[in-house]
Amino acid sequence: MSRGTKKASHSRLPMIAQAGPVSLWMILFVTIPMLFIIFISFMTRGTFGGVEYTPTLTSYKTLADVIYLNVILKSLRVAVVTTAVCLLLGYPFAYYIARKPADVASRLIMLLMIPLWTNSLMRLNAWMLLFQTNGPVNKALLALGLVEKPVMFLYTDGLVLLGLITNFLPFAVLPMYSSIEKLQNAMLEASADLGAKPSTTFLRVTLPLTFPGIFSAVILTFIPALGTYTITDMLGGGKVLYIGNIIKNQFGTIRNWPLGAALSVLLLLITALLIFIYSRFASIEDMEVM
Amino acid sequence: MSDSIVSIQHVDKWYGNNHVVKDMNLEIREGEFLTLLGPSGCGKTTTLRMIAGFEDASSGIIEVQGERVEEKEPYQRDVNTVFQNYSLFPHMSVYDNVAYGPSIKKVPKDEIRRRVEEMLALVQMSGYEKRKPDALSGGQKQRVAIARALINNPRVLLLDEPLGALDLKLRKQMQIELKRLQKKLGITFVYVTHDQEEAMTMSDRIAVMRDGIILQIDSPLEIYDHPNCRFVADFIGESNILDGKVHSISGNLMQVETPCGIIKTCGEGFTVGETICVSIRPEYLSVTHEPKDGFTVRARVKDFIYMGTVIKTSLDLDSGQELKFSRFETDPDLHEGDERYLYWDPAKSVPIHLEASEVQA
Repeated sequence: MSRGTKKASHSRLPMIAQAGPVSLWMILFVTIPMLFIIFISFMTRGTFGGVEYTPTLTSYKTLADVIYLNVILKSLRVAVVTTAVCLLLGYPFAYYIARKPADVASRLIMLLMIPLWTNSLMRLNAWMLLFQTNGPVNKALLALGLVEKPVMFLYTDGLVLLGLITNFLPFAVLPMYSSIEKLQNAMLEASADLGAKPSTTFLRVTLPLTFPGIFSAVILTFIPALGTYTITDMLGGGKVLYIGNIIKNQFGTIRNWPLGAALSVLLLLITALLIFIYSRFASIEDMEVM
Repeated sequence: MSDSIVSIQHVDKWYGNNHVVKDMNLEIREGEFLTLLGPSGCGKTTTLRMIAGFEDASSGIIEVQGERVEEKEPYQRDVNTVFQNYSLFPHMSVYDNVAYGPSIKKVPKDEIRRRVEEMLALVQMSGYEKRKPDALSGGQKQRVAIARALINNPRVLLLDEPLGALDLKLRKQMQIELKRLQKKLGITFVYVTHDQEEAMTMSDRIAVMRDGIILQIDSPLEIYDHPNCRFVADFIGESNILDGKVHSISGNLMQVETPCGIIKTCGEGFTVGETICVSIRPEYLSVTHEPKDGFTVRARVKDFIYMGTVIKTSLDLDSGQELKFSRFETDPDLHEGDERYLYWDPAKSVPIHLEASEVQA
């Protein structure tokens, strides 16, 4: 017994050495700020910004306001559409890459990643230049006679959606690629051998076995798409409001920190819910697709 | 070909410039246990995969039950495969894995349940229905993989080195079980292995392959006793192979002159002066103090290897070639360094045309 405990304390030291620094970092820079955000969401707004430490539920009551509710719903809708489009475009592409020889696959992934290496503000500015009223896209459309007068692309929901999709597509492709790449060809052969048509094999073998990648793609697309503000801010021009812009505004110009914090907590809850669902599926594993 | 269930006619398979199966002709009989045996890269797995439909033949005809299948997809063929690494679906329970085939064919649920239970009982895996493949041992996975294939009542079961990943003891046990299962069900088994002992244990017939060619196809006994080429003699079991020239022929008895002396063997169709080799199994080789029966090859005892049931004795010829003979008991009269003369019953040795290794059986 005493020997056992001694052994346990012995093995704890390297464990602390390994996990300690990261744990400390996470506690200092993630957990504590997060708890602070939750804390101030229950406080009163200061007259000139900042927080007065008087507990209140005002911020959460404000969230229930139709204006905010609409913004939240709209943000959710846009995030869902972004995610769905990223999955629908990304899965076949990921599948295509994963079935290529390793050297070809790595080159294709490279191509996919290159846009991500450019500064996001530069990318967005380029988009704005492309899509402005007398930009190349409009000029081309006019020249082709497809439209009679320039289209107002900028500051529309459509362009925001396009921006979101292009921005997050690589994040959807990569996890799905790694899942599909792990899928052994022998699994597909076994399914075909047992009489399954390719479509049946896809639904009953490929899809369930690559589900972890799909769900990672959902999380990596949906959550940032829901919270983003640079894309919505620049391509939406602040005219179209999303949850990310509102949070930014509450901490910036409007100076209602508790409300901004409450909105952040809401995003956090949605994220937590998704991860909870994921962990459920991951542990059950035998989800029925058909 | 009324009794052949799989017929392979003039099949070639190329991977780029690599000719892996060369003009293969093979008739697999209904209900037999046929093994494709050969070293890795001999084309045995490719042949199996062409029957299953995972590989297309570059040219030639493949028939299953008298029907041409080259154009058919794997899911349209009435053969099932037991894969090398089991390939069980990891996201499904044992039950769902076995039920996969019939569930695709829309068999009623009650019927599926009955058949899954029957199959799991057959492979002695009843009670494991709810387990995931990850929670099974290698041998158990193999049993499930066999059940999953057999539940579809295939006319032909293809097995691609199914026991390769198991330890020796379990492998031996599964060999016997597989053989009994095959006899009981009367299904044709086409079995791929590189393990000649496994092939000998289980098969009704063995097709020995090398470099995309079937060298010999026969019963294990026939292949063992009458290998038709040097490669087969060497690959199946242990063999002492002596090169020489036919010195004289009387009837079917031949005297063969080797670099180390005269030996005798029995065979037909040879000519005086022909360069041949003679294969003699370790259990038929004997030694004596003085030259005997016209044998004049001298050898020196090198060492003894105790194998458990048999004792193997290594002998050095004057040419430096090493021969072996095996006995159940030690010979008290034999010591390391002793000089002896070889002899054997000429009928127990096999003369082999040298060019036979290049000609398909």
